[in-house]
Amino acid sequence: MPTATYEKIQTYTLPSNTNSHTFTSIPSTYTDLVIITSNLTCTGAYTLTAQLNSDTGSNYSWTVLSGNGSAASSLRAANDARGLCFGAYVNGMSTTVPSVAVSTILNYSNTTTYKTSLSRLSTASVEVDANVSLWRSTAAVNSVTLRSSNPVGSLKTGTIFTIYGIKAA
Amino acid sequence: MLNNIAALLDAGVAASTNSYESIATANGTGISGVITFSSIPSTYKHLQLRAIVRNTSVGTGEQSILVIANGDTGANYATHRLTGNGSAAGAQSYTSGTDIVPYFNPSSLNTAGIYGAYVWDILDYANTSKNKTFRLLGGVDFNGSGTVGLISGAWFNTAAINSLRFTSGGGSWTTDTQFALYGIKG
Repeated sequence: MPTATYEKIQTYTLPSNTNSHTFTSIPSTYTDLVIITSNLTCTGAYTLTAQLNSDTGSNYSWTVLSGNGSAASSLRAANDARGLCFGAYVNGMSTTVPSVAVSTILNYSNTTTYKTSLSRLSTASVEVDANVSLWRSTAAVNSVTLRSSNPVGSLKTGTIFTIYGIKAA
Repeated sequence: MLNNIAALLDAGVAASTNSYESIATANGTGISGVITFSSIPSTYKHLQLRAIVRNTSVGTGEQSILVIANGDTGANYATHRLTGNGSAAGAQSYTSGTDIVPYFNPSSLNTAGIYGAYVWDILDYANTSKNKTFRLLGGVDFNGSGTVGLISGAWFNTAAINSLRFTSGGGSWTTDTQFALYGIKG
């Protein structure tokens, strides 16, 4: 018997410029998390990242595929403390053109595997990218901090984050 | 979800229940490299498959995954890949293949705990007048190496898809490997 799933857990619109927003107390009852970011602009050309469980250690890495309209490129980061890469690593977010990103953390409540995320971010007139990231921890994810990768940068007012849960049968 | 939004905006449209349903989930056993979803109902518009994978082989590099529909082992498939390996973007294609072939499948030689990840969309899978198209975002990161990719796959057959088989290109699926199949209503 198929089971309906894909439920909104929380949504948040930034009321002012800020470096980060944290979703806390994420229930462990789903299989995957999906985070949709919309109307995303930033005060500088920074990267959208996500730290898990407030881990600020160098336990993240990522591989990025990006296209800017004239060329495709690929970059990576290893032993990085900024978090999972949700996008805009190559060219950075725009200060004026809104980006959208769809990011998923698979098997986030599994306690035997490291966590992998997949993300796509699009910024019209700037770039489109696809990203795979690794968090080297077997802990279940219970919080996600979405942030501008540069500590002095800010995500702009009106950026919307919504987190969903998908539960496998 | 869109129906729910429409219901909010237009009292004449009935709110639907969630249009995204879990159909079935399969986990690796550690002794078999094959996972098959059979008897897939034709009552949805699209399918989505979400997976984390790893295999028990001692193969170097990422292993392949071989995907076929409805048990068809003929040369009726094509795969196109746009990938990034951390230093350069690349593109590959496989035509007249006997399966759709993404990679991103780590072996036992890779650091324990690291799994490849996939989100597949299989569009209009029950339509009987079109060949079938698969699209995939996938990747695996090994903290210093790895690949991310956008992949399209084609099955040149107009039959409704009623089964999908995922075979590891090496070894068996580990017990933490998981394939979860969902249906999206039209």
